[in-house]
Amino acid sequence: MNSFLSRPSAFVPAAVAAALAVVPFAADATGQPFWLSFFARILIYAIAASALNLALGFGGLVSFGHALFLGLGSYAVALPAAHGVSDGWLHLLLVLGSCGLLALLVGAISLRTSGMSFIMITLAFAQMGYFLFVSLKAYGGDDGMAVSATSRFLGLDLGSAGPLYAVSWLVLLLLSWWMTRLRSSAFGMALRGARQNSRRVQAMGLQPQRIKLAAFVLSGMVCGVAGMLLANMNAYVSPSTLAWTVSGELIVMVVLGGMGTVYGPLLGALVFLGLEEVLKGYTEHWMIVMGPLIVLMALLGRGGLMGLLERLDQLFVGGRDAAGDGVSAGNDGAADKTAAPAEDQAGEASWQPR
Amino acid sequence: MAAALTTHSLVMRYGALLVTDSVSLDVRPGELHAIIGPNGAGKTTLINQLSGELRPQSGTVNFDGRDVTLLPVDRRARAGLLRSYQITSIFEEFSVLENATLAALAAVGHPWKFWRPLLSDASAVGAANEAVSLAGLAHVQDVAAGELAYGQRRQLELAMTLAAKPSLLLLDEPMAGMSPQESHAVTELLRQLKGRYTILLVEHDMDAVFSLADRISVLVYGKLMFTGTPDEIREHPEVKAVYLGEEAV
Repeated sequence: MNSFLSRPSAFVPAAVAAALAVVPFAADATGQPFWLSFFARILIYAIAASALNLALGFGGLVSFGHALFLGLGSYAVALPAAHGVSDGWLHLLLVLGSCGLLALLVGAISLRTSGMSFIMITLAFAQMGYFLFVSLKAYGGDDGMAVSATSRFLGLDLGSAGPLYAVSWLVLLLLSWWMTRLRSSAFGMALRGARQNSRRVQAMGLQPQRIKLAAFVLSGMVCGVAGMLLANMNAYVSPSTLAWTVSGELIVMVVLGGMGTVYGPLLGALVFLGLEEVLKGYTEHWMIVMGPLIVLMALLGRGGLMGLLERLDQLFVGGRDAAGDGVSAGNDGAADKTAAPAEDQAGEASWQPR
Repeated sequence: MAAALTTHSLVMRYGALLVTDSVSLDVRPGELHAIIGPNGAGKTTLINQLSGELRPQSGTVNFDGRDVTLLPVDRRARAGLLRSYQITSIFEEFSVLENATLAALAAVGHPWKFWRPLLSDASAVGAANEAVSLAGLAHVQDVAAGELAYGQRRQLELAMTLAAKPSLLLLDEPMAGMSPQESHAVTELLRQLKGRYTILLVEHDMDAVFSLADRISVLVYGKLMFTGTPDEIREHPEVKAVYLGEEAV
């Protein structure tokens, strides 16, 4: 317990998650329903940012078009709802199916390039999506449309604020758990390896492009789920969800929180949307303050907020025992035999080439 | 099983520059075959064609009895043809053991596991542990690869290739930039591996090459000039003239 409390990188995200669980009760007690919808939005953007982090942080795929999946996920609820379909499971199936297929298509094409071209192609696809929905006059076009039948799961209606908040919180929690596991799973390691050194991954016998494509598809599907929650929260969808600025905000959240970390996207979404809300209270030109703040945080270090917390970890550990680099732990005298492979006969019998 | 590697009239040219000039190489099962040659002789380009990272403009590569000329690098790796890099090519964010385990998994397993930790894969971790100990890195197995000293990074480069339990090793200057002690350790490691694997070794360290190799091929300006035992190479007048010089003999 002590070690947990002395590690801000573990303690702070847990505290944030716990605090977010209390929000509905606090909002209820203080009679401020606004806070419930405000924090629901943070949860939903945290899910979307976490989804983007899978592609961007783990896989190094700088997608500037993830608003496409957020928007498609929203419309995959609104369009069937307009035709009277309110079955949540069906909505979910449509969201995962459409976002998965589209991510497969976009990913397969975009992954033929890398670097700046990849950024531009993903942006181009998102813009195509944006203008497609703008042109759908039957479904509101530019103005968007109301979600006439929100998603219902076994008597649970995502259209009402309480259940929506609870479901979003749970989805984020499960997603974070999965990301913790995924990060060090075979797939996660291969994906992170492909970001560091794609050529080596292939020389070892794997197909880095396929691994990246799989990550892009998973990322798009999870982002679609965030879109589904967003549509239910607002009971309204519009092409503005697909705007390129939304893609940009998601990237900022991920970078701000810490690329490739599990809880970075949550912290990034919280700080970004929180700052926006606070600054909006002072001036309508809040971006003038927000911009420099983001620059400042970007300058603080590559690891974003999580990187900052991890440096605090070091500080705590450094205060306790001077070594603190983990190297000295559990190397029972092995350090003596430096580079002397000849001495090591252990496991010799099983050491047979295949 | 140690496997054989042969090439037939490999040609690779960059514009007017002929980098691989009709190379027919024959690496026998179980032998340690060294390739030597002056800088710019096309040794790494040749290795890249053998590993599959470059496709020759003409000629064929045969590995373990089948034509692999058109197989991409990952398919060759999974067939047991593994390479190491002259420029260290490791995953800096991962620990030594994670690097080797990923290499072991890549050669035989599949990456489609989204939940269980990589390090809970007993067979891959087992192979990785052996390779890491063999390369003399057991005492730093939990250290991030990016924090290793230069010589240790070179050893990890080797360990990753070994973790895949290959049947043929393509080693591109494993001792490049190492201290004499480190080179010596790697020489001893290769001596242990000799006979159990087929090894194709590109190396500038002549002491190592002449003490390890069963046969040596001399590559000059992309052309295979001569192949023979270390003694034959020492006595070959032309080889002496173009490459070894006076003092090396």
